[in-house]
Amino acid sequence: MTTESPARTERAVESLERVTIRFAGDSGDGMQLTGTQFTKTSAVFGNDLATFPDIPAEIRAPTGSLPGVSGFQLSFASTDIRTPGDSPDVLVAMNPAALKVNIGDLRPGGLLIVDEDEFNPTNLKKAAYAVNPLEDGSLAGFQVVRINITRQNELALEGSPLNAKDKFRSRNFYALGLILWLYGRSMDTTVKWANEQFRRRPDVLEANLNALRAGYNFGETTELFHHRYEVAPATVAPGLYRHVSGNEATAMGFVAASVLSGLPLFYGSYPITPASDILHELSKMKNFGIKTFQAEDEIAAIGSAIGAAYGGHLGLTGTSGPGLALKSEALNLAVMTELPLVVVDVQRAGPSTGMPTKTEQSDLLQAMYGRNGDSSVCIIAPATPADCFFMAIEAFRIALKYMVPVIFLSDGYIGNGSEPWRIPDVDDLPRIEHSYAAKQEGEFNPYKRDPMTLARPWAVPGQAGFEHRIGGIEKSGQSGDISYDPQNHHTMTLARAERVARIVQDIPPLEVLGPKSGDLLVLGWGGTHGALTSAAENARKQGKSVASAHLRYLNPFPANLGEVLSNYKKVLIPELNTGQLSMLIRAKFLVDAAGFNKIAGQPFKITEVEGKIDEMLGLTGPYNLKFGPASVLGGG
Amino acid sequence: MTAPATNRPGIVEDLPVLTRKDFVSDQEVRWCPGCGDYSILAQMQKMLPALRIPRENIVFISGIGCSSRFPYYVETFGFHSIHGRALTLATGLKTARPELTVFVVTGDGDGLSIGGNHLLHAMRRNVDLNVILFNNRIYGLTKGQFSPTSEFGKVTKSSPYGTTETPLNPLRIALAAGATFAARTIDRDTKHLEDTLYQATQHKGTSFVEVYQNCNIFNDGAFSAFTDKEVRQERMVYLEDGAPLRFGNDREHGIRLNGFTPEVVQNASDDDGLFVHDAGVANPMLANILVGMDYPAYPVPVGIFRKVQAPSFDELVAHQVDDAMAKGKGDLGELLRSGETWEVS
Ligand code: SF4
Repeated sequence: MTTESPARTERAVESLERVTIRFAGDSGDGMQLTGTQFTKTSAVFGNDLATFPDIPAEIRAPTGSLPGVSGFQLSFASTDIRTPGDSPDVLVAMNPAALKVNIGDLRPGGLLIVDEDEFNPTNLKKAAYAVNPLEDGSLAGFQVVRINITRQNELALEGSPLNAKDKFRSRNFYALGLILWLYGRSMDTTVKWANEQFRRRPDVLEANLNALRAGYNFGETTELFHHRYEVAPATVAPGLYRHVSGNEATAMGFVAASVLSGLPLFYGSYPITPASDILHELSKMKNFGIKTFQAEDEIAAIGSAIGAAYGGHLGLTGTSGPGLALKSEALNLAVMTELPLVVVDVQRAGPSTGMPTKTEQSDLLQAMYGRNGDSSVCIIAPATPADCFFMAIEAFRIALKYMVPVIFLSDGYIGNGSEPWRIPDVDDLPRIEHSYAAKQEGEFNPYKRDPMTLARPWAVPGQAGFEHRIGGIEKSGQSGDISYDPQNHHTMTLARAERVARIVQDIPPLEVLGPKSGDLLVLGWGGTHGALTSAAENARKQGKSVASAHLRYLNPFPANLGEVLSNYKKVLIPELNTGQLSMLIRAKFLVDAAGFNKIAGQPFKITEVEGKIDEMLGLTGPYNLKFGPASVLGGG
Repeated sequence: MTAPATNRPGIVEDLPVLTRKDFVSDQEVRWCPGCGDYSILAQMQKMLPALRIPRENIVFISGIGCSSRFPYYVETFGFHSIHGRALTLATGLKTARPELTVFVVTGDGDGLSIGGNHLLHAMRRNVDLNVILFNNRIYGLTKGQFSPTSEFGKVTKSSPYGTTETPLNPLRIALAAGATFAARTIDRDTKHLEDTLYQATQHKGTSFVEVYQNCNIFNDGAFSAFTDKEVRQERMVYLEDGAPLRFGNDREHGIRLNGFTPEVVQNASDDDGLFVHDAGVANPMLANILVGMDYPAYPVPVGIFRKVQAPSFDELVAHQVDDAMAKGKGDLGELLRSGETWEVS
């Protein structure tokens, strides 16, 4: 193979509606960067797209090992898409371990690009390959393109002052250049970004750009590819767009809540995957008057947020599942003292430490019931990365109006995943109303409730004449004094629950996509929105009577949920847990909803949901996930 | 007590003169008759008017335990939180609202056992809080189990054969965590108690005050061997800044240092060679030596062990925010449009 030939071969250009690429390599290979750059380029080009980074659990797993493999999948299309794609059409594997971990997902006949240089005995051994998979015929079902990326990259960087190790690290730019060429994309976005990113390291900048161009030019000159591909821009609503991940959108949503309410934001948090990015983002935004506090533990994090809420500021804490467990006692203090607190839970696979970098929706029942006593809080869940922005504003709107703790259930999939976002106009965002306690007739009663919302007044230190004492002990209905009166405890417990229930008057009805009544309703919540909506839509395209609806408000449920459920012969509730929403729906509405449950640390694939839909409609036999049902005794 | 002029936040010059009564809430006090907590409450209520801070700008936060009922009885803002976590609420409140004067009332169980972690971190951060730890060396509210400050071998309901654990010394913990103000006082010396509470409020940063408090129901007389009026002068040494350590009915005995070991000098005729107390030295070594003195080997020191200046956490956080805002207040529209954007027409 040679790069010498100046001849430019004209290739046939094939038009595609949608392409899904996965970049995979060692965590040191810069695959997240490669994926992000390709994503940005496609976004600027005008494609609709969705991404899914798959980051290894170990920070520095041994180079070349299976646990060290890092992946980044993106799907880009000329049509509206909602997920990063089920199976990649293209897999770029920078070493044998990356091949081994990812090849099972590549669609049959898909394009596999490998760095042949890395398939040496040492790396093969690290990836536990007895024989070189490039030689043993095991990849016959794919279009395999073997390229000496390492060597080509070295040649391109001849004369660079960088040492061999640093030169090796430019390989991802070489791969990026090649893929940009393959899809007819310009290098401009990446060149611009690199100029900014490496402006203090001209040697690194030059090496990376040389690698990028070499990869691009290689595509142009090599005979290895018979086609180039083209994915036309999507028709999307006009406006200014950016890319946003769920965690970024969450952070910006809370900044917006502060601006829209005029109240300073306080964020108390303890580092935890996958929620730490929210802490990183908010700690940069001091110019919005935001105070962030990296607490000594999860309990201190929520305690500090309660302190700030008590002080009349926006009290916010964020965590993931195990952290929510630690916070539960303090959360109950906010329930009892009726303070406007928001708790973010970016859910991850559990129980216990579980799989911190993998997604799951298994904290719903913890959010609902994971506290002592009869303890009701409001629960909301964003449906997509960009939706995190709006739901963060919602969280404080509700918390302040009803003087109630709100749990915001995001998850690792939408927290780390990203999508293009039409940037809203600040003037179009709703103001958040709030007020501190106003003078009452006679003595100040901190538990005198608003007749509409049942919210108690927010009397904050500094308000003269409103000095009062609150705490976790049951208190008397009006005065807030300690009370062990039986009737009072009964009434107060009901009042706390009723206050949460009344939020229903303030949330939008559940929207249904598809027929208003019919054979099947696919009901979901949270981060599974993309796969569920797309699967139902595909079913309708095939003439099936399938509607979908996605819950963003989980406690209370929207007012029309019962009616919606009653309009379909069957209800299917796919969830990334063992059936937590199903349980709530079945208990509350006595509906024989069927669950479809995947607990793999991975999001749903559209085809999986489609398969289950067909089973529900009686079109096929029982549908099983690819890996299930496995024996509970292990293996599987 | 006369309040000196001070520039601490929250002080109102033309505040109507408040009295002890203004700080008494309408709640019936529910401690056992004879409990040391009454004295601490009374001295606190007596001291508060001297701060010249309006009641609405004062907040008492507590955890769980007998001591933690304290906020109910003070006519200010009060928050009776959950076990061990008062400091976390206080840290959040003070960081959000630095202009408030915040007290944390805790006990040996609440502050050193379940809430030990938070105590360490509040002190190392130097959050501007007044932490009053009522040490009665027992769990009172749960009716008499040993606490982390109970002496080795103590027989209690949960240690019928005697404990098998070594107690913590709260002040040693405070010094180790970098407390900028560490003091000890006793419930029975009302004047010293009131003055120590006042000194704590005048310090910027975490003020840690250990109060030896008698639980007359479950651990009666835990400190009486040296706090009883008749023996107090002989068995306690009152720390005074710049003065040699002297004790005894006629202050006839002294303390001197032999290397790192304190020694009692009986009938020290002159001050030469006696240990002169200086709470303001940056190095906590000497304070640590004092903290290690205990009855009966030594008289028990009370007073301010350490008082050094350092920026407080809440103040540093506020400065960062102010600086960032001064450089240009955040604009939400600009934030949303930051990063790579593209126009679709
Ligand atoms: S149990 Fe002990 S500490 Fe508690 S109130 Fe009674 S005497 Fe005081």
